[in-house]
Amino acid sequence: MKQVIMGNHALSFGAMISRVQVIAAYPITPQTQVVELLSELCADKRLDAEFIKVESEHSAMAACCGASAVGARTFTATSAQGLALMHEMIHWAVGGRLPVVLGNINRAMGPPWTIWTDQNDSLSQRDTGCLQFYAQSNQEVLDTVVQAFKVSEQILLPSMVILDAFALSHTSEVVDVPDQKLVDEYLPPFNPRYILDPKEPHTFGGLTGPDGYYELRYKIEEAIQDSKRLINETGKEFGELFGREYGLVEKYKLDDAEIVLIASSTIASTARVAIDELQEEGKKVGLLRVRVFRPFPSEEIRELLVNRKKVAVIDRNISFGHGGIFAQEIKSALYNCKDKPPIWGYITGIGGRDVTVEHIKEIVNDTIKSEKPEQDILWKGVKL
Amino acid sequence: MIEIRVHGRGGQGAVVASKALAIAVASEGRYVQSFPEFGVERRGAPVYAFTRIDDKEIYVRSKIYNPDHVVVLDPTLIEAIDVTEGLHKGGWILINTTKKPGDFQEFCKDFRVATVDAYNIAIKYKLGPKASPIVNTAILGAFSKISGVVSLDVLLKGIKEIVPIKPEENAQAATEAYNSVNFKEE
Repeated sequence: MKQVIMGNHALSFGAMISRVQVIAAYPITPQTQVVELLSELCADKRLDAEFIKVESEHSAMAACCGASAVGARTFTATSAQGLALMHEMIHWAVGGRLPVVLGNINRAMGPPWTIWTDQNDSLSQRDTGCLQFYAQSNQEVLDTVVQAFKVSEQILLPSMVILDAFALSHTSEVVDVPDQKLVDEYLPPFNPRYILDPKEPHTFGGLTGPDGYYELRYKIEEAIQDSKRLINETGKEFGELFGREYGLVEKYKLDDAEIVLIASSTIASTARVAIDELQEEGKKVGLLRVRVFRPFPSEEIRELLVNRKKVAVIDRNISFGHGGIFAQEIKSALYNCKDKPPIWGYITGIGGRDVTVEHIKEIVNDTIKSEKPEQDILWKGVKL
Repeated sequence: MIEIRVHGRGGQGAVVASKALAIAVASEGRYVQSFPEFGVERRGAPVYAFTRIDDKEIYVRSKIYNPDHVVVLDPTLIEAIDVTEGLHKGGWILINTTKKPGDFQEFCKDFRVATVDAYNIAIKYKLGPKASPIVNTAILGAFSKISGVVSLDVLLKGIKEIVPIKPEENAQAATEAYNSVNFKEE
């Protein structure tokens, strides 16, 4: 059924149609409506789930880990400082091999106090082993929650479904909430091989010496590498059932492009309009959207970027002391390739600074005009 | 693509007006975006809400800087802020006021001006408290008439879907505003 809903509610409805069984969450701007709607859905029994009220995000993820360990499908949502507080327990979900799905509204980190979007909160979780999906529309938010459960439960690792504060979280648009029967067909109940069960006691995450820990880490990497195939397969299967296909990356007018623009989240959505206009002006430019950041789609990046003339990456984030994080990852994926293109790493839109079509066109035109990237970090729109 | 900016004061229902319009338009199979000014709202302070409408999927996700039309829920905002900022030449500016379009000479040069007494219509249908009636649904009726962006029938469906109480009264208020809006026919 088509509805006009905000991105936050797309997350809640995504959890509902995934038939989550336990939700533990703590409200934080700009995520609050996710929790509000989920608690309503639980209260009026549209969703048969246990809603656990907690006193912090750390406890929210801890409760999700516990519930996941006994075999429940679990969901939580947070943002910025809340995600940072959850950090320890995200490591727990990964190490405990617990497929919790977490919605994160990208909000810049304070201080100074802020509620607007950038990606530093979720990218600070880069090395935990939690999968990261960056959505560009409310429809994709809802669809990705369902796919994230399907992928996570096969590889036993948690997933993060990420959307921009305000640009999606508080923007209402048409979302097709799919038929429950069809979703049930796509996403079978969570049925893990090992669960916490007092009748058959096991220890999870107990002390493990150097003899075993190393191999457990190897297994996590093996699983997350395998998720690349799974994400593409489940995204394709989703397309067959629901008419909307997804993958690790999305190509837009890329075939004959000499210059490739790379972006994520809502900037990638706005960038489509910029690409249309630039192509009309006769410029050979195309767009590559990175939808999944962990696992990083290195193979796709190599296949799509080798032999291109130039690459411009837009980062709405900054790793202080080094630069834009997507740009770093793309450079690292290409390093051992022959005929790799030079990469211009632009930073923009930090702290929710608006990114317009004109802004993106300027970035592409600057890339066309310059012979080589003058600096590792190319700041756009800083007013000093 | 049509871009609309709604001006109100916090608590007047600018966001609901923007969303009711979006729901109505979406029910016809068109694409919409409805969003508030990104940030925090305070009761009584000037607030904004935005609607984008198109026949094809909308990809642009920046804010709206050059609206095609502007709707003003509170006439005192005209003194406080520039409600026509960025407004396209020839675009509609619809104001909730007892005054007539000709009283807004400063806008008549570049824009099409329409006025509607949404306060008294809202009071008549007991929408909100008498001291601060909720005018958002009435003014949408007037907007439907002048802009033709959405038909009255379709708009009423959207209004009934979103208002928390008194759906019939809200629909009647919109209809009365539709029939009583002051503007120059073209």
